[in-house]
Amino acid sequence: MKTIIAFVCSLMLAGPAVAFQPPPSAAQSEYVPATPGTSTEQMPAAPLVVAAYAFVWVAAMAYLWTIARRLNKVDDDLRALERKTASGSR
Amino acid sequence: MKKVFFPLVVIVALLFVSAPYLIAEAPVESTMGLVQKIFYFHVPSWMAMYTAITVCAIASGLFLFTNNRSADAYAVAGAEVTVLFGLMGLVSRPLWGRKAWGVWWRWDVRLTTALLMELIFIACLLVRKYGGPGSEKLAAATALFGGATAPFVYKSVDIWRTVHPKTSVVPELLKGSMPGSGLPFALSAVGFVLLATLFMYLRVRLAKQQTQLDDLYLAYEES
Repeated sequence: MKTIIAFVCSLMLAGPAVAFQPPPSAAQSEYVPATPGTSTEQMPAAPLVVAAYAFVWVAAMAYLWTIARRLNKVDDDLRALERKTASGSR
Repeated sequence: MKKVFFPLVVIVALLFVSAPYLIAEAPVESTMGLVQKIFYFHVPSWMAMYTAITVCAIASGLFLFTNNRSADAYAVAGAEVTVLFGLMGLVSRPLWGRKAWGVWWRWDVRLTTALLMELIFIACLLVRKYGGPGSEKLAAATALFGGATAPFVYKSVDIWRTVHPKTSVVPELLKGSMPGSGLPFALSAVGFVLLATLFMYLRVRLAKQQTQLDDLYLAYEES
């Protein structure tokens, strides 16, 4: 019984909270080009754009470097093991 | 795959060299201004991440239920590439947000769920690296859960109230809502997805060589 009462009370409390949610904010659903000649910038955006692009490049190159390093290591280990096996079989 | 590897490298290089020029020529957006140009590599990095997630989730499922070792190689490749491109998206978003929202980070539903998904895939790689024998299966199960969160992350901006632009911006852009920006975006997206494919190819090759080395070591120890 207590569980039922608790459930009904929760529903009664949750109902208005759900019903009286503020209207959805106007999230952008499409981009609109700026009118040429009008300034829309208040703080410099170029460093942020360059930083984002630079990070993408640095991250991609760093990953490529780690893969190349790991591939070289496995190749070296394979060669060392082949030498070991060859000398052991002689 | 070997036959298409070098043409793929050339195409990716060309796309990445041409992308900055095309993005610079693309029109400036009316409300966000120049910083909106981060969109041209922020969204493609997520597209590349979703490609890697798809590969990782399918391969993880195959490995879990069939014990196919080749599938395990694809699963680890997909997980690593997911973390890489997810990191690109998570870093470029605050740089965009600093200008567009005035703050580096908001605990917005898209940003938060994307961060959690990234953490799941990092957990998957950590389990695999430090989990000891048999951890591949646990990592595969973790990756499956990571894959299951991906649709929620994508649709979160349409389901919940958020300051993040909705998923409709991409189809609207391609339909011509901002003339001159569709081509740079499409080329950038293709470039990122191809780059993710290249990375996965290399990582699968590495995983297969590591397996071969482990097998040889075992054979050597037993002989």
